[in-house]
Amino acid sequence: MIAELGHMALIMALAMAVLQSVFPLAGAHQAAPIWMAVAKPAARAQFFFLMIAITCLALSFVNNDFSVVYVAKNSNSALPLYYRIAAVWGAHEGSMLLWAFILGLWTVAVTVFSRGLSEEMGARVLGVMGLISIGIQLFILLTSNPFERIAPAPPDGNDMNPLLQDFGMTIHPPMLYMGYVGLSVAFSFAIAALLGGTLDSAWARWSRPWTLVAWVFLTFGITLGSWWAYYELGWGGWWFWDPVENASFMPWLVATALLHSLAVTEKRGAFKAWTVLLALFAFSLSLLGTFLVRSGVLTSVHAFASDPTRGLFILVFLGVIVGGSLLLYALRAPGIRDNARYRFFSKENLLLLNNILLVTAAASILLGTLYPLLLDALGLGKISVGPPYFTAVFAPLMAPIFLLAGVAPMVPWRQGEFVALARRLRYFFDGSLLLGWGLVWLWLDEDDYATMAGLSMAFWLAATMLFSLYSRIRLRSSWLEGLRSQSPSVYGMTFAHLGVAAFLVGVVLSNHYSQEKTVRLAPGESVSLGHYAFKFEGVSEVTGPNYQAKEGSFRVYRGDGEVAQLKPQKRFYRVQGNTMTEAAIDPGLFRDLYVALGEPLDQGAWSVRVYYKPFIRWIWLGGLLMMAGGLVSVSDRRYRLLARPAVHREGVPVGALTKES
Amino acid sequence: MRYLIPFLVFVTMVVFLAIGLTLDPREVPSPFIGKPAPRFSLPQVAETGKTFGNEELQGQVSLLNVWASWCVSCRQEHPVLMQLARQNLVPIYGLNYKDERAAALGWLKQFGDPYRTSAFDADGKVGIEWGVYGVPETFVIDKQGVIRYKQTGPVTEEVLQKKLLPLIRELEQEKTSS
Amino acid sequence: MKWCLIFSGLLLYVNVQATEIRHFDDADKQQRYENLIKELRCLVCQNQSLADSDADLAQDLRDEVYSIIQSGKNQEEAAQFLVDRYGDFVLYRPPLKITTSLLWLGPFVLLLIGASFIWRQAKRRSTRPQAPELTHEERQRLQHLKEKLGR
Repeated sequence: MIAELGHMALIMALAMAVLQSVFPLAGAHQAAPIWMAVAKPAARAQFFFLMIAITCLALSFVNNDFSVVYVAKNSNSALPLYYRIAAVWGAHEGSMLLWAFILGLWTVAVTVFSRGLSEEMGARVLGVMGLISIGIQLFILLTSNPFERIAPAPPDGNDMNPLLQDFGMTIHPPMLYMGYVGLSVAFSFAIAALLGGTLDSAWARWSRPWTLVAWVFLTFGITLGSWWAYYELGWGGWWFWDPVENASFMPWLVATALLHSLAVTEKRGAFKAWTVLLALFAFSLSLLGTFLVRSGVLTSVHAFASDPTRGLFILVFLGVIVGGSLLLYALRAPGIRDNARYRFFSKENLLLLNNILLVTAAASILLGTLYPLLLDALGLGKISVGPPYFTAVFAPLMAPIFLLAGVAPMVPWRQGEFVALARRLRYFFDGSLLLGWGLVWLWLDEDDYATMAGLSMAFWLAATMLFSLYSRIRLRSSWLEGLRSQSPSVYGMTFAHLGVAAFLVGVVLSNHYSQEKTVRLAPGESVSLGHYAFKFEGVSEVTGPNYQAKEGSFRVYRGDGEVAQLKPQKRFYRVQGNTMTEAAIDPGLFRDLYVALGEPLDQGAWSVRVYYKPFIRWIWLGGLLMMAGGLVSVSDRRYRLLARPAVHREGVPVGALTKES
Repeated sequence: MRYLIPFLVFVTMVVFLAIGLTLDPREVPSPFIGKPAPRFSLPQVAETGKTFGNEELQGQVSLLNVWASWCVSCRQEHPVLMQLARQNLVPIYGLNYKDERAAALGWLKQFGDPYRTSAFDADGKVGIEWGVYGVPETFVIDKQGVIRYKQTGPVTEEVLQKKLLPLIRELEQEKTSS
Repeated sequence: MKWCLIFSGLLLYVNVQATEIRHFDDADKQQRYENLIKELRCLVCQNQSLADSDADLAQDLRDEVYSIIQSGKNQEEAAQFLVDRYGDFVLYRPPLKITTSLLWLGPFVLLLIGASFIWRQAKRRSTRPQAPELTHEERQRLQHLKEKLGR
């Protein structure tokens, strides 16, 4: 009964989505206020029905209703409650429903936070979001219905994939989807602006907070995914350049470029066409990612049940939405005028360079991810493109960004003085190089130029960022006044860029100075790694809710003192009958100690892998700092002043642009 | 005009993605197509005293089928191979991959033996020489001992009719080298 | 990944040992082995490197790579052994060939296009006549207008 209710609710949501798009878009075109007014109520009704639909699916899981195919495939009566709920998005059909629900959520948010947006613009934005909703919901109803029944119902379910039975894994998809789907708002604003012919700084001002919030979620989702892969998949890796990881990273890179570009368009009215294109690209890459994961076109660790029929549907949907938007861009963009003037060395140009680098990085990742498919389609053989390619291509592209991210905030708009700036920063440059080289030379015995360069860049970035903050603060009469007078967006930028520096430190140090050993250990024996000694005490049996495990016990010593006790497990999940290795980690700000059980050998001995990973937490701390920066920026009053004078039909805002730099 | 570039690049990408929907990204094509079959000589599964190797493959068109008693998909294709053996269109040889002799012989007894003989590759090293990565796999070898086709996965009736038999007929027409 | 787990479970002779203990003559050989197996792709569990994969075939291939490296050969030769039998698919680092030239040169070309775009933009924008600065009178008028509009 509940499943049918959910199914019905989804159909109603689709009907609402149709109303939400057809009338407002036509109304905006015809200037019919009544039609345009349909947008908000339709959007809210759509969300209401989506909420019912997803709640019904969740209830089916909670009630262990195995007559629903999706529940039978992904759950089990022995599965703990919180995982049963998370199982809603554990596989293809349910995760698409989550996608639709989150799109409904963003749509409703737009209806709430768009006071002051002109009727016409608002109608168009909601209309475009409605079109996207129609596509997703049709896809679910026609090809991926989570509410399908099976008779007779199986006595128990297939259990959730053990890899997903983990806290990090349960929140990672919702966070990611909030990010991916959130980029549809900027996309819709861009389309609405192109349709209406009003591309101005007000459009950029509207888009910015929406893009920021989506970006924050996307950063969080990616950081979570990486952290999860590290502690769950074992072997100490945190990024594999797997096609689906790339599918989330590309929109992130473009969204970052978009954020920076929106700032320029808002403040200086420059790069309008380029910013619009970025807004279109960002969401297009989200949709492309959805296609790649679910069509079976690429092999991936994340691939859902892949099915070419589903793939075809998404491809057509992708073609219509993205193709349509790019065609609209080709038609309308030539008419966009921007009169910004700036010299070669200016904040505008540096931000443009930043954009080019980020987009080139995203394009390179796309090239690498799709290249095997390209060659295969042309009959030119089968190759693999993996981490060696991506790191070789990505790292050099990022280097200029690390170098310039701290500097650009100090360069004025329109025209900067290179020589004067270089003189001011000269000591930071020398200092960074010295610190980078010195730390490597002192702390570690070997000279590794890549590490030195990486560390130096991180120091440079942090130092220039802090110096730029300092330069602003000291213009005021006192430190406190200086700190208080800065707008949140300045702090946001500072935190986010410092997050990048922290990330770089984590990557560079953990990449080069990690140590690992695979050894045979009998109970009582130990192995040493760096300054640490890992003593194996033995293995005991442990029973979990839906698994049976062998748990090893290790004590880690540094010198004479005990540092940690680690208990890695080898779990056997009863229902699906597979074995998972749960590594044990002693986390630390400056190092992780990591132990994983291998296989039982003779006489009670086991093969064991131990790792020492310095500074690896900085990678995710960097991600969290970036997120914090984004959140701080969003809290800026400028964005909350949305009850601003409405935008004129011609797109010329009443009142001058703000003079803040 | 340059504003159309994103659209055109996108369309190109969609075309390739559409083609991609018809392809299988997991399939690894064999680098041996058109090259001589790798040299090997292994004891036979049934008669352990005798060996089986490349020499036996020379001078005739033949099929080499990689199988194992633990392989579920092999059971799927087995009836097709049995029928093919009965028709006697082409000799079928087996490569018993990483199996136990007793289990292999038992399997053949239970399901039938379509092979002229099967070579016993206990440690899988010959399999690696032939680029085997999943069982079952079937190679079509011509009269000169050159591999002309590799089927990854079970031989279905369709594969047999559409790909293997026409190729075998074509290869039968070729002259043997002296 | 899931397929791989099921597959390993179905094997009757489960002898999974991704955590193998290997002995090398010297640290150099060990380094070569470890670097190489990270850059090779498992053919069964195709989303894992040869180093990480638990599959049976992965173990066999690791054994092969180990014996090749132990015998003194270098990484390229060991990799070539696998490429001869399985094709380029087995390499995570795509070899530089005519067919992969677009792949390896593409990012660089894109960067050049981007850089030239920046150059041309900057030239175009800086040579445009600057808007003349406001005179004192005009500034006053602007201020007056602003006040009128209540900003």
